[in-house]
Amino acid sequence: MTSDIAAILAIDGIATGAVYALVAIGTVLIFTVTRVIFIPFGDIAAFTALTLAALDAKRFPGTGALVVALACLATLIEVISLIRNGEVRLLPRALLLYLAIPLAVVGIAWLTMRMDPPLAVRLVLALMLITPIAPLLDRIVFRPIADGTVLLLLTVSVALHFALVGLGLLFFGPEGVRTEPLTSFSTEFAGVLVSGQTMLIVLAALVFSGLLYLFFDFTLVGKSLRATAVNRTGSRLMGIRPERAGTIAYLLGSLMAGVSGILIAPVNTVFYDSGFLIGLKAFVGAIVGGMTSYPGAAIGAVGVGILESFASFQSSALKDVIVFSLLIPILIWRSLASLHSEEEIEE
Amino acid sequence: MTRLHVQLAAAAVLACLALAPLVLSPFSVTLMNYIGIYSLVAIGLALLTGVGGIVSFGQAAFVGIAAYATAWVSALNGQSPWLGLLFGVVLTCGVAAVLGVVTLRLQGHFLSLSTVAWGLAIGFLFGNVEGLGRFNGISSIPPISIGSLALVSSAQIYYLIWGIVALVLLLGYNLLDSRLGRAMRALRGGNTLVESLGINAFRIKLAAFVIAAFLAALSGWLYAHMSRFISPGPFDASMGIEYLMMTMVGGAGSLLGGVVGAAIVTLLKNSVQDYLPLIAKGASGQLEIVAFSALFILFLQWARQGIVPSIARYLPKIRRERPQPAPPLPRRPQPTPGELLLKVDGAERRFGGLVAVNNVSFEVRSGEILAVIGPNGAGKSTMFNCLTGALRVSKGEIVFAGRPITRDPQSRIAKAGVARTFQHVKLRPRMSLLENVMLGTYSRTRTGLFAGAFRLNQREEASARHEALMQLERVGLGDKPFELAGNLPLGNQRILEIARALAADPALLVLDEPAAGLRRQEKLRLAELLRSLRADHLTILIVEHDMEFVMSLVDRIVVLDFGSKLCEGVPSAIRSDERVQEAYLGGVA
Repeated sequence: MTSDIAAILAIDGIATGAVYALVAIGTVLIFTVTRVIFIPFGDIAAFTALTLAALDAKRFPGTGALVVALACLATLIEVISLIRNGEVRLLPRALLLYLAIPLAVVGIAWLTMRMDPPLAVRLVLALMLITPIAPLLDRIVFRPIADGTVLLLLTVSVALHFALVGLGLLFFGPEGVRTEPLTSFSTEFAGVLVSGQTMLIVLAALVFSGLLYLFFDFTLVGKSLRATAVNRTGSRLMGIRPERAGTIAYLLGSLMAGVSGILIAPVNTVFYDSGFLIGLKAFVGAIVGGMTSYPGAAIGAVGVGILESFASFQSSALKDVIVFSLLIPILIWRSLASLHSEEEIEE
Repeated sequence: MTRLHVQLAAAAVLACLALAPLVLSPFSVTLMNYIGIYSLVAIGLALLTGVGGIVSFGQAAFVGIAAYATAWVSALNGQSPWLGLLFGVVLTCGVAAVLGVVTLRLQGHFLSLSTVAWGLAIGFLFGNVEGLGRFNGISSIPPISIGSLALVSSAQIYYLIWGIVALVLLLGYNLLDSRLGRAMRALRGGNTLVESLGINAFRIKLAAFVIAAFLAALSGWLYAHMSRFISPGPFDASMGIEYLMMTMVGGAGSLLGGVVGAAIVTLLKNSVQDYLPLIAKGASGQLEIVAFSALFILFLQWARQGIVPSIARYLPKIRRERPQPAPPLPRRPQPTPGELLLKVDGAERRFGGLVAVNNVSFEVRSGEILAVIGPNGAGKSTMFNCLTGALRVSKGEIVFAGRPITRDPQSRIAKAGVARTFQHVKLRPRMSLLENVMLGTYSRTRTGLFAGAFRLNQREEASARHEALMQLERVGLGDKPFELAGNLPLGNQRILEIARALAADPALLVLDEPAAGLRRQEKLRLAELLRSLRADHLTILIVEHDMEFVMSLVDRIVVLDFGSKLCEGVPSAIRSDERVQEAYLGGVA
């Protein structure tokens, strides 16, 4: 391997890693606030790419139907649980949050579609359509078992991923998509050609991690999310609703996953089931950060990207084997580094 | 219901299974074969996940290793499928042992994530290795032959499959009812509990892990020779989830649940495949997985317990006979009363900059009750954890019965004769009183894996059972040995913990805040029990902050304050000591 090739592989790896980093940060965010290891973030990223591709092709994406279906289901569950608990006065709010807003989002997207909007608007539409999915899934799937063990939540999360893959095929079809590049700009960097897309990916990763940092350290909502992460009961006593914190975390997380989906779509062909590997590799990165540190997760994810890039140069067939085998030593290192807290399993 | 009823029911089920191929259509028999093959994996997972608390997403990879191994031996190299079985089992168990050694020390969800990792890595491997047919798989795998009879038709291999399932269930239940099985059932109580009983938690986990992999290997071998063709598909990550699902649907804690879960999931999947196209015309096959995952999620939301435990609740309880007298278990040589038993010399424990225990020294002599007391934050619990090996001292020396135990792990200290109880009671609520106390006899008994599964060491088992009953009677809980421990009130749970500790035949009994949370009557009963144990020459060390409880009971007291030893002496001297009064009351007004 010459140094030229190494440089190309490294840049390629950094770009892939930056995409993983966005998803990894979302994963850490959800885990710290809700204790859910949300494997389906990769699917959210893939769905965003598919949504954008459909919008580019002037078709209304399947995401719309998916959001409507999930919104109806979530509303049904919320209304039933409110009536059961005798909290009928909260019904209008529930209808607004779980039905009206998601439907409005889909409606706006549908109307805007007809006007043949430019690329920038299509990007916003794709993100708008994708963000309600995770919070709605949270309401439907995770809220009823929010008190469960991390393992139970993880099991459910994995099952949810498989459901989403099936839905993905149903709503988007089996064709892979590759969207047009967001920019055609490119430049030489140390003798290696760097595309504008790559720079955009890295830039987006930096900007979004920075924004997240500002959000957590300088806003009250951000602080309430951190409080929930540290102690659910304690923050509840301070008037923070963990459910609301969870919803915000899911919104932010899916926004980041959506951005990563938009960024990866022009570089890689994305299929309805591409999400799993994106999600898992991001997750490997998140584990490097111990599932708690955002910079750690970002660094880990970039590391995974670089490793994958070099591994696929060596043996493209075995690159996934290499990446996932490497997870085991990382897990061991993390487990040794983390405090030995005694965990008793509920019966 | 007696044991005989259970045996009759099992015989009836076996008879039905034996007659099934004569009645059912060939398609149904094939379906039954799949159920049997999946059951084996699910039974292994029930043991690993339900009993041992280790959630594995990767079992499909083990099935795949064995299937590919036997296909390689029989189809590609023309050898006997039986050689394939040997190779498959050895390879799978070998891989499992290596993975287990590497990953089983991981904690909680880290461990489960590692199973996702190796499950995926191995799964990708099948489709990408040159000699294994890549994504086309391996075809024309020969059938299994017994003598000259080749098991070609589905009705023929049916008997082999279900014979193995029945045998595995029998051995599995035997194992769970044996010494190592009880240790596996204790794993969910956490490492501290298991290690405090002298059990090496890691080895027990490894045993459960390899057994589960062994069952997966059997399943893979049967699968390869039944379908006569393998490809990477049936061993990928989604199949790993499906096995986990079978186990959880059936009831994770129950081996029978593995079979029931495999049956339900397989039949359900089959009918989803049959009926889904009728409901949603033109729907792609992927709707299957959606319907399926949705059902699984609903199931986990509404019935985390699983089907078999939910039904078992309504069945009449199995009536058991009180254990018969049996030859006693060997006892350890007890120290002579009055001799030095435990010596703590300059113990220090730091947490970063905080010195929780600072240069504490004291001695315990055989036959006395010594209390370590102190106000909140005095370092009592840290001291306790250092004594029992849950924490290591940063400096200083701890000598027990003439042997330094400063660097020993918990289980070795427990084996040396230090038995403990817990401030927050750690019992196995779903095990009976008798079984909980039998856990205490672990380090006094020998029965291994095979002897347990084949019931080869019933004499020792009878002795252990009788010993446990005697300890229950000694502490006054002998009237209902088959009650579940979780049904006892807190006071009796504390006392049950003491019985469990006594079953280990300890030289030193260490009690962590035994009076905490007890009502007055319960405290009096506990004090009564401890006095009777002292009369039997047992040495007891109590860490406690309930002054009243301690004063009337113990021989000597060591007072800790802010991590250092304040003073030491008989209760009356401690009571009148001004420094103690100041520590507890903040100075005499």
